[in-house]
Amino acid sequence: MQPQMVMYDEEFQQISAVCERLAREANAKIVFLVDKNGQLIASVGATENLDTTSLASLTAGNIAATGGLAKLIGEKEFSILFHEGEKDNLHISIIGGRVILVVIFDSRSSLGLVRLRVKKASDELNKIFDGLMKKVQVPGAGSPFAEITDDDIDNLFSE
Amino acid sequence: MSFINYSSREINCKIVYYGPGLCGKTTNLQFIYANTNQQAKGKMISLATETERTLFFDFLPLSLGEIRGFKTRFHLYTVPGQVFYDASRKLILKGVDGVVFVADSQIERMEANIESVENLRTNLQEQGYDLDKIPYVIQYNKRDLPNAAPLEELQNLLNPKGIPHFEAVAPKGEGVYETLKAIARLILTELKKGT
Repeated sequence: MQPQMVMYDEEFQQISAVCERLAREANAKIVFLVDKNGQLIASVGATENLDTTSLASLTAGNIAATGGLAKLIGEKEFSILFHEGEKDNLHISIIGGRVILVVIFDSRSSLGLVRLRVKKASDELNKIFDGLMKKVQVPGAGSPFAEITDDDIDNLFSE
Repeated sequence: MSFINYSSREINCKIVYYGPGLCGKTTNLQFIYANTNQQAKGKMISLATETERTLFFDFLPLSLGEIRGFKTRFHLYTVPGQVFYDASRKLILKGVDGVVFVADSQIERMEANIESVENLRTNLQEQGYDLDKIPYVIQYNKRDLPNAAPLEELQNLLNPKGIPHFEAVAPKGEGVYETLKAIARLILTELKKGT
């Protein structure tokens, strides 16, 4: 079973900063991070007209499907996926085996540049997630929902 | 596993609708999608074949409101019901917080129902989950059909542990929200336990 995924403000700021720098240095249009279950963690760039929730879910589905393919041929996973479109391209990579980094770029950048910058950003993101996981495992870092009452839950469904 | 985001003050949970082929999993999601107001839902995605059979999954994001300042979001997924899509079903169960089993009430589908519940149990085990311990509800769909089996028989065959169950006619929406509310409630109660 996977551990509980938690995100705190401090780490969120660090992650967003890494993603923003990656978008800038790789000349990318959009960079986003998704967990393997399809939950969006962070997104930067021109995301106003983009359905990021759907993108996150489909990205996770895509990684899950190719991961299944990998296992069938005796690989652990395919850590990088690349989808080439007429205008925009998708570069998808798995970071530390737990989160998925997606970079959307067009002809203003190149696959080589994106790969180079992604590699550097991956190391940094990996460190942040390592720290985050340790923080979550500390006893007492309980769920904020530990104190909710049955009434709170009822109220959610009252309307 | 649910995703608690202190930064955006959101909690995200994953619900999977499981069941044999053509039992009405996608219909449940379609009804919810069509009858939920615009602000509370995202786009529904269906990865289906040309004949509208689910190929990989359907996906529908929903917001239910706030608890203690946290927005609660539920991601609803269906699995492909047909037996030979088992590899896909396993993938979709990853990180699940709660399962709705949609049973087809028709007498002829009883064997398919039983096989599917067993398949659910096995596939959950592979991911390290125990069906008896996670939030789980059963929906008996297609109650309006003349060949629907009596409720008692369905309960005996599919629900020996007596988990919450709902009778439904998914295209008309009967029992659809009741089922959703029940599983959402169980998931939130589980979160409260802090597991």
